[in-house]
Amino acid sequence: MSALIKARKAVGLAVGCGARSLTQLAELPELHQMMRQTCRDYADRELAPIAAQLDKSHTFPAKQVCELGAMGVMAVEVPESLGGAGMDYLAYSLAIEELSRGCASTGVIASVNNSLYLGPVLKFGSEEQKQQWIPPFTTGEKVGCFALSEPGNGSDAGAASTVARQDGGEWVLNGTKAWITNCWDASASVVFATTDKSLKHKGISAFLVPMPHPGLSLGKKEDKLGIRASSTANIILEDCRVPLGNLLGERGMGFKIAMQTLDSGRIGIASQALGIAQAALDCAADYAHKRTAFGAPIAKMQAIQFKLADMAVALESARLLTWKASMLRDAKKPFSKEAAMAKLAASEAATFCSHQAIQVLGGMGYVTDMPAERHYRDARITEIYEGTSEIQRLVIANQVLKEYQQ
Amino acid sequence: MAARVLVGVKRVIDYAVKIRVKPDNTGVVTDGVKHSMNPFCEIAVEEAVRLKEKKLVKEVVAVSCGPQQVQETIRTALAMGADRGIHVEVSGKDYDTLGPLQVSKILAALAKKEEASLVILGKQAIDDDCNQTGQMTAALLDWPQGTFASEVTIDGDKIKVIREIDGGLETIKINMPAVVTADLRLNTPRYATLPNIMKAKKKKIASVKPGELGVDLTSRLEVLRVEEPAQRQAGVKVETVEDLVGKLKEAGRI
Repeated sequence: MSALIKARKAVGLAVGCGARSLTQLAELPELHQMMRQTCRDYADRELAPIAAQLDKSHTFPAKQVCELGAMGVMAVEVPESLGGAGMDYLAYSLAIEELSRGCASTGVIASVNNSLYLGPVLKFGSEEQKQQWIPPFTTGEKVGCFALSEPGNGSDAGAASTVARQDGGEWVLNGTKAWITNCWDASASVVFATTDKSLKHKGISAFLVPMPHPGLSLGKKEDKLGIRASSTANIILEDCRVPLGNLLGERGMGFKIAMQTLDSGRIGIASQALGIAQAALDCAADYAHKRTAFGAPIAKMQAIQFKLADMAVALESARLLTWKASMLRDAKKPFSKEAAMAKLAASEAATFCSHQAIQVLGGMGYVTDMPAERHYRDARITEIYEGTSEIQRLVIANQVLKEYQQ
Repeated sequence: MAARVLVGVKRVIDYAVKIRVKPDNTGVVTDGVKHSMNPFCEIAVEEAVRLKEKKLVKEVVAVSCGPQQVQETIRTALAMGADRGIHVEVSGKDYDTLGPLQVSKILAALAKKEEASLVILGKQAIDDDCNQTGQMTAALLDWPQGTFASEVTIDGDKIKVIREIDGGLETIKINMPAVVTADLRLNTPRYATLPNIMKAKKKKIASVKPGELGVDLTSRLEVLRVEEPAQRQAGVKVETVEDLVGKLKEAGRI
């Protein structure tokens, strides 16, 4: 009986994020609609036409990133006093979705800068650190990155083998970080290293490291399946020295900073996945109207219609989860479970939609003449980075079980 | 320094949308269709905002005529940098028959009321392609006009306008107050920045009825019928130049 009461309470908590928020789920406020439209216009006119070329040549879209910076999209949540747009996370989520619909690589470049670099500095940085490490990264001229994963540990983030020791007025970092998005184009990184091995995951600290920097070198750019316009590589630290003032937050706070940052970052990646899924659906639906077979457009066939319906449902459900996670975060309510659900649902929707889009396009889906193959390749990573789908399930299960605590 | 610029912005069906004629042939389908600001109006707003940034004008006022939805278009102009908006309420049958004659009367009345020294409009709207409103507005106000502008320079109380004409470029100098219409190459409109979108929310849009401006909206035109353009016929391939000349002569073309 008491379990049922507790369960009801848990549901009550989940639903009660405010009448205003629920209305937003049905229709976005005018402000958000306007900014969504401006991002969509930019993506349609400036990103979509070059996305295939960027993917083919693995080129970082520097000009576009600067233009997005000028629009405020590279620092959506950063207050205006520090050079950002001063908007909320729902606005950020909409922006990343629209950008990613045009070009998934540009979407992740913007997402990493916003959530994984500016995010922790904004939340855990001292006033001095915020002044130094934020404004130059709001204009698009500089981007940041987030160095947590290592060759020896991805999901196992508590086992950081990169170490940092104090030596006089400096921290000395040694180790290798892997799979770091943006690193070849970045001017700074948030680096996680073990400062007290005996404390296990409570002995990890976060550091702000400028790039380039003596003692910091980059591995070769990974040749990826998708999101090829964004750079991914190892960061190698060999007696990399930074001032003591570059410690972000307190000593030993690194794991907490990483986890909280990833909670928010998940919403960014979910948004990127939504953009890819939407682009795939757009491509498939448009093609279905035009392609004729058996004497009629294939849009008339139930097999195709069912695919499009399934794609639309997967996409819209994931979108609502993403919006809800954003709104909870904006309302300063707990949002870890919802963020994990959003990332899980959106990434699986992206791979599902892009898979089905190729199926709808048939042979045309398999060639580079149509964007379907690029969406398929871009989508795949969303189930892996910023927490694999398996980790998301663990996070969700953890939260669900807590609600039913005996 | 010129005090005020009035910029007209029109809400039209988005340029990327495929236009469909209504089954009863009275017009095109607008319900549920994506609308946006007329591209030439965007260029007009951009030019006005740039003049303000160069401190050559003090205030940019965006005006649109139509039902409630045109407020979105005015807000887009505000997000691009216009200072305030005026929504001239026209709806129903009046909106269906709203054309350059009525709009130019409205703009002329507003230009006088707002004591504008410059009216900038797009050269034409992409839905009706009339290319008349700017010219009519200037005539009603008895102001000089610089149409099809590809460059606008304010010099004291005069404006130098470089116009795109069939033969090339024509440079004219006109006295203010004046009407200018924007052509494609005048500028590249900016994307609204997120901070400006937020600021736009706080800017005022005043509502006014055409009657209050003393304008009669009666149309002198009646739309008889709207039809799709004829479907494009397949072409014919010929082997030689002689064959081509022969075929053209047959068709009475040469």
